[in-house]
Amino acid sequence: MSLGLVSYGTRHVQALLASLGRLARNPFATLLTLLVIALALVVPLGLELFVTNARIATGGFANAVDLSVYLKTDVALAKAEQLAKSARARPGIARVELISADAALAEFRAYSGFGAALGVLSANPLPHVLHVHPTADAESAESLEALRRYFVAWPEVDVVQIDAQWVMRFNAILEVLRRLLIIAAAILGAGVIAVIGNTIRLEILNRRGEIEVTKIVGGSNSFVRRPFLYAGILYGGGGALLAWAIAAGAITVLAPPVATLARSYGSHYALVGPTAQELLILIASGVILGWLGAWLSATKHLRSIEPRA
Amino acid sequence: MIVFDRVSKRYANGREGLSNASLRVEEGEMVFLTGRSGAGKSTVLKLIALLERPTRGVVIVGGKKTGSLASRHIPAFRRRIGIVFQDHKLLPERPVFDNVALPLVVAGTPLKEIDKRVRAALDQVGLLGRERALPLELSVGEQQRVGIARAVVSKPPLLIADEPTGNLDPDLAVEVMRLFKRFQEVGVTIVVATHDVHLVRELGLREIVLDHGHVQGADKEDPLPGMVATR
Repeated sequence: MSLGLVSYGTRHVQALLASLGRLARNPFATLLTLLVIALALVVPLGLELFVTNARIATGGFANAVDLSVYLKTDVALAKAEQLAKSARARPGIARVELISADAALAEFRAYSGFGAALGVLSANPLPHVLHVHPTADAESAESLEALRRYFVAWPEVDVVQIDAQWVMRFNAILEVLRRLLIIAAAILGAGVIAVIGNTIRLEILNRRGEIEVTKIVGGSNSFVRRPFLYAGILYGGGGALLAWAIAAGAITVLAPPVATLARSYGSHYALVGPTAQELLILIASGVILGWLGAWLSATKHLRSIEPRA
Repeated sequence: MIVFDRVSKRYANGREGLSNASLRVEEGEMVFLTGRSGAGKSTVLKLIALLERPTRGVVIVGGKKTGSLASRHIPAFRRRIGIVFQDHKLLPERPVFDNVALPLVVAGTPLKEIDKRVRAALDQVGLLGRERALPLELSVGEQQRVGIARAVVSKPPLLIADEPTGNLDPDLAVEVMRLFKRFQEVGVTIVVATHDVHLVRELGLREIVLDHGHVQGADKEDPLPGMVATR
């Protein structure tokens, strides 16, 4: 490594340590700034976690877009099997389950609690049913509608029921939330830039004398700016870590009641926190926003400070 | 080392700091700028250090025309000039060591080298051992010497001082001037602005007299003795 590079690195380390020291000397002011940044960052993080958790919690259902094809009661089982077979051959269909009238009745007897009452029936009133699962690429509303019309056209079919409406609605809600997340991230990101820019501006005004002297002894603009950029990076990164801590705290508080709620639905679902990737994005966003806010502010305000001996 | 060729400086508020002034300082010379306050002494120093740019005329420092120097080259240019101020412009919340080290830190000097040179500079001004003191814990004379140590720590070929003895009693003033003389003896060019004519005559060095922004005396190399006497 060349000597120039070493001294370049040295200067950066010095600037970083100086900025860190300055933040540490004003713990209360620093904490307030970090808190504002953290609050701005925790909102998009929280939305992201909410969307992720909602997806996981409903994971079993979210993909359960299917059609129930009820055949007419007079259709024989052999005919139903044949229909199921031809349905399987159609493109856009992943799986077809045939639930025979007998199987359906047995299940109904077992789970409905009407077992004894059903014994009175002389004949099975239930029809054979085909459970049709479309392929993943055929889950759109249009494809499902096309499938429904395809089955309705069969003379043996009585009713076709799409069990997907609420799933599609749910997915649409998640999509709205995801867009909201992007908007919130953009607005609050601008807020972070403004907060850090303003903090750096005050800092520059406070240290006007020092900046003037530094320029008199030959400090370049980039030298003078460097500690402020590091301060911005520390504010942004620190705010991101604090946002993570807030989110982790919120998850800790929410986890037991959510688990209780999930158990009441017979699920083993547990809240998930941010993944390593989400954390990385969070911290990188904080650092980049902090740097940007500091850069904008320092570049603008340092230019106006020229030594007047 | 320094050439002013018909230099005028008009400030934004309309005040004429310097009018058509020509002067020359040779390399290795120690020169005094004298005159009443407001005569243009500080303006000359500001133009030398590029704290101001001339309105008209040419200023050459170390062979470089300052008028055509791009802003981005100013920091490197200033690193070759040590500046001492009347109010010494020390950073009050930083210890003596940090204050003196600033020009070296700015220039990216390695830490070990900084340590060595700051001690050497403090030794030269007689303040070795006070590295950790804050400027306000020092006497006025000591503060001024810290300012001088900061000006010479990077061994600049040119040292300029604006009323360096303005706040000092006569004994301390003489001491500071002797300190400058010692730097001159090792080859540093020195320009000192002062209104303390007695001190100047005592040292018997060349003097450039300014009056209302004009350089007095046709022969700059040998200013008229009579001009010195008028205070």
